[in-house]
Amino acid sequence: MSETATPTSIRNAVIRLAGHSQDGIQSIGAFLAQLAGSTAQDVMTYMTIPSTISGGPSIFQVHLGSGEVLHPGDESDTLVAFYQDSYDNHLSSVKDGGICFYDSDKVEEVQEERGIIHIGVPFTSATIEAIGGNAKSRGKNIFVLGMLCAVYELDREKISDIIAAKFGKKSEDVLRNAMLAFDAGYLWPVHDINHMPMAPGENDLGQERLSTDGNTMIGLGLIAGGCRFGAGYPITPWSTIMEQLRSELPKYGGMFIQTEDELAAVALAIGASYAGHLAITGSSGPGLSLKSEAMGYASMAELPLVVVNIQRGGPSTGMPTSVEQSDLMQAIYGSHGDSPRVVLAPRDVEDCFYTAMEACRLAKEYSTLVVILSDQAIATRIEAFPEPDLNQHWVEPVLDLSERPEDFKPYPLEGLTRHSPPGAKSASGKYPVVTGLEHDEWGHPSGSPKMHDQMSTKRRKKLIELSQNYGDPDIYGEDSGDLLIVGWGSTYGPIKEAVDRLTAEGHKVSQLAIRHIHPLNPNLSEVFGRFKHILVPEINDPGVYGFGQLATMLRAATCNPAIQSLNKIQGLTFRVKEIVTKSEQVLAGN
Amino acid sequence: MSSTAEPKKLTKKELKADHPTWCPACGDFAVLASFFNVVQKLGFDHEKVVCVAGIGCSSRFPYFVNTHGIHFIHGRALPLATGISLSRPDLHVFVFGGDGDGYSIGGNHLTHAARKNINLTYVVMDNFVYGLTKNQTSPTSPLGRKSKTDPRGAIDRPINPMAQLVSSGATFVARSHASQVKHMNEMFERAILHNGFSVVETLSECTMFYPGSFDDSIPRKGGEFNLVGEEHDKQDLAAAMELTGDLTPGKFGVYYETERDTKNELESAWVKDAQAAHAGLSGQDILRKSFSRMR
Ligand SMILES: Cc1ncc(C[n+]2csc(CCOP(=O)(O)OP(=O)(O)O)c2C)c(N)n1
Ligand code: SF4
Ligand SMILES: [Mg+2]
Repeated sequence: MSETATPTSIRNAVIRLAGHSQDGIQSIGAFLAQLAGSTAQDVMTYMTIPSTISGGPSIFQVHLGSGEVLHPGDESDTLVAFYQDSYDNHLSSVKDGGICFYDSDKVEEVQEERGIIHIGVPFTSATIEAIGGNAKSRGKNIFVLGMLCAVYELDREKISDIIAAKFGKKSEDVLRNAMLAFDAGYLWPVHDINHMPMAPGENDLGQERLSTDGNTMIGLGLIAGGCRFGAGYPITPWSTIMEQLRSELPKYGGMFIQTEDELAAVALAIGASYAGHLAITGSSGPGLSLKSEAMGYASMAELPLVVVNIQRGGPSTGMPTSVEQSDLMQAIYGSHGDSPRVVLAPRDVEDCFYTAMEACRLAKEYSTLVVILSDQAIATRIEAFPEPDLNQHWVEPVLDLSERPEDFKPYPLEGLTRHSPPGAKSASGKYPVVTGLEHDEWGHPSGSPKMHDQMSTKRRKKLIELSQNYGDPDIYGEDSGDLLIVGWGSTYGPIKEAVDRLTAEGHKVSQLAIRHIHPLNPNLSEVFGRFKHILVPEINDPGVYGFGQLATMLRAATCNPAIQSLNKIQGLTFRVKEIVTKSEQVLAGN
Repeated sequence: MSSTAEPKKLTKKELKADHPTWCPACGDFAVLASFFNVVQKLGFDHEKVVCVAGIGCSSRFPYFVNTHGIHFIHGRALPLATGISLSRPDLHVFVFGGDGDGYSIGGNHLTHAARKNINLTYVVMDNFVYGLTKNQTSPTSPLGRKSKTDPRGAIDRPINPMAQLVSSGATFVARSHASQVKHMNEMFERAILHNGFSVVETLSECTMFYPGSFDDSIPRKGGEFNLVGEEHDKQDLAAAMELTGDLTPGKFGVYYETERDTKNELESAWVKDAQAAHAGLSGQDILRKSFSRMR
């Protein structure tokens, strides 16, 4: 046992909880995250879930920070190991000189040479003793929470409130046991280290802050964007969105339907869209493949539709609970024929809300299919961020059943498509049929070569027009330099942190997070031209030609030979240092 | 649904759209004519009638009716119509399609639309063949029938559509015949007036690829058109199943009819309760309440 941690306050703490899925480590992680959000600290969590129902090994990592937290932590400062396998598998994640708490009822300590401070605490028996009766070991997660609160000197009162809010609903007994376990953990005499008080949070508490995960914010963003009808079929990690919308939409006069499969889900959503509502469906992995025919229909018929894809490890059933960014090409091109659609990717939990709202707006305004491409990491991790201002961000849906004028044409060659939903009268006495066949301006099927050319142009042009309203690409750092790191989705945080570290080393490095995956911002060529090197980190395979999926699109769109790929295909997100190392190589010219 | 002061009934002229592109004497013409008859008689508001179809010759139906319509993809007309029906209870939703569309590629959806008792009317134009793709075996093609995909004759046992419909949970199941316009009129009318999932399996001859397929049920061609007997108890599921035992040529009429809450009603009840529990709150207020639980 080497030096002990210093008693001065710390700005960042990465805590990894390693146990089995039934131990409730997710809930301690969630409590810590919620506490951070309400005390002006920043937080990002990361978890793995085994794909087996119960008993599989599982981790929950919480990165707390008094300032901005951009990634869940490359390595942990503190490990909490509940079992021998948790200890054996995760000790390597602890940084040199870090701390490892382990359940001394279950874990044998091993000899190691990295100066990790080992602290054995009998989580299991101490919890049983604290709660008494036949408590078994339930509650040891709360015991650990108490212990961590003491070690990091977190706000005991606030966390008690959070526990009370969570368990008070169940029964008084449950709450009392939880508090007994918490207090026992809090008061457990932890020797060998001094307490490491977390520095106070630096976020503005004038504005309310939320702490939650990305899927929740997509669901709420869809509601704020005016979406009132949806349908889906369960699949991890998409399911939590459908579960949430099923419960929430009725409050707003809407509904979400569980269907027999994804083919039906997308069809129901298209039916509701045709009926005049803004509708949503979504899925992950295999479910997206099943929806692709009908998504092509929405593109052809120009019906507004939002499709959410929470990407996971593929192909086929792949790695259902791992992160990957390998559906980008599918999102853009994944239907037969030329079937243009919009693809948006949120970059963090907060952005999920605004991306969902933007998807709703674009779908309606351009009568188009919009795919939201999120991923497992954003979907499940918790972050803290300012509460959206609903006075500014709210769209009240309207069902437009006004009579359509004599000269109404659903598919004008010059102008955007506007449908006439059933229930709307036609002044001409003629009623339209919406179709997946190529059609003329009135929607009549047409096999004319000229009409196919003109209608394909119309469907293409609306996307070009839409992209011209994006505004300038949002660059982090200087707008010219030696290296631009371009990413999308959940790699936003690690890339930003990498840019900060490289800039601190004296490099001229900036970041561009692409939220508009398709169509791309038309100004990218010009932006790329201002940098010597462009590096595109992606969690997908570099393929036969050596470039990730976004990098391939960027090369096609800009023909810029400076674009390079950095790919990772382990079902894991990037560590900051992986991006830093590769960037240093690129900057050194090798 | 809206009751105007003087309900003006639709005329055939108002209901007709493009002339059908079906082959001469295709059974589907008669189904269309019967549909016009019934819609005229029932006096719906023109703009509230919606015709939905998947893909197939029969699925071209919406183009030939001048009402709101949607021509979707192969096999998925029922889930699409479910989306319309649930989200717009003010509409009269009709679904048309063939045996391939409804019993093969879309077979799973039929079971679920039926068990959920979605409020709509579904007319299957069963011709025992794939018409649009030019004569391949369909799920109702009889054993031994030669087609482009079964040059030695069909070897797969055909499904029994009536048995499937009756057991699916549909609350109105009838069988009719395109050569019997009066019978179709009656079946369609009863199906439309039924509250819930109503389906009429309608034998409709493909004169191009399977002429004579239904001669055994056409009296003027020497067949027998037998009606479901007066004594049949339509509410009795077992009796209805028994009727499905022999369909060569079998009986025509209502096999099964019952009352059960529709999904439309059950979902609306939830919406009503949820809204009552949040009475006086705007959408923003409700969302703010959700936010407050994440602070
Ligand atoms: C996904 C898909 N698979 C295959 C087809 C080709 N296809 C179109 S209609 C049809 C069968 C039509 O048969 P049925 O539904 O009985 O209608 P009918 O033409 O006999 O009225 C097929 C196989 C298609 N359009 N889409
Ligand atoms: S091919 Fe058969 S089903 Fe199709 S239109 Fe001709 S006769 Fe009717
Ligand atoms: Mg057929």
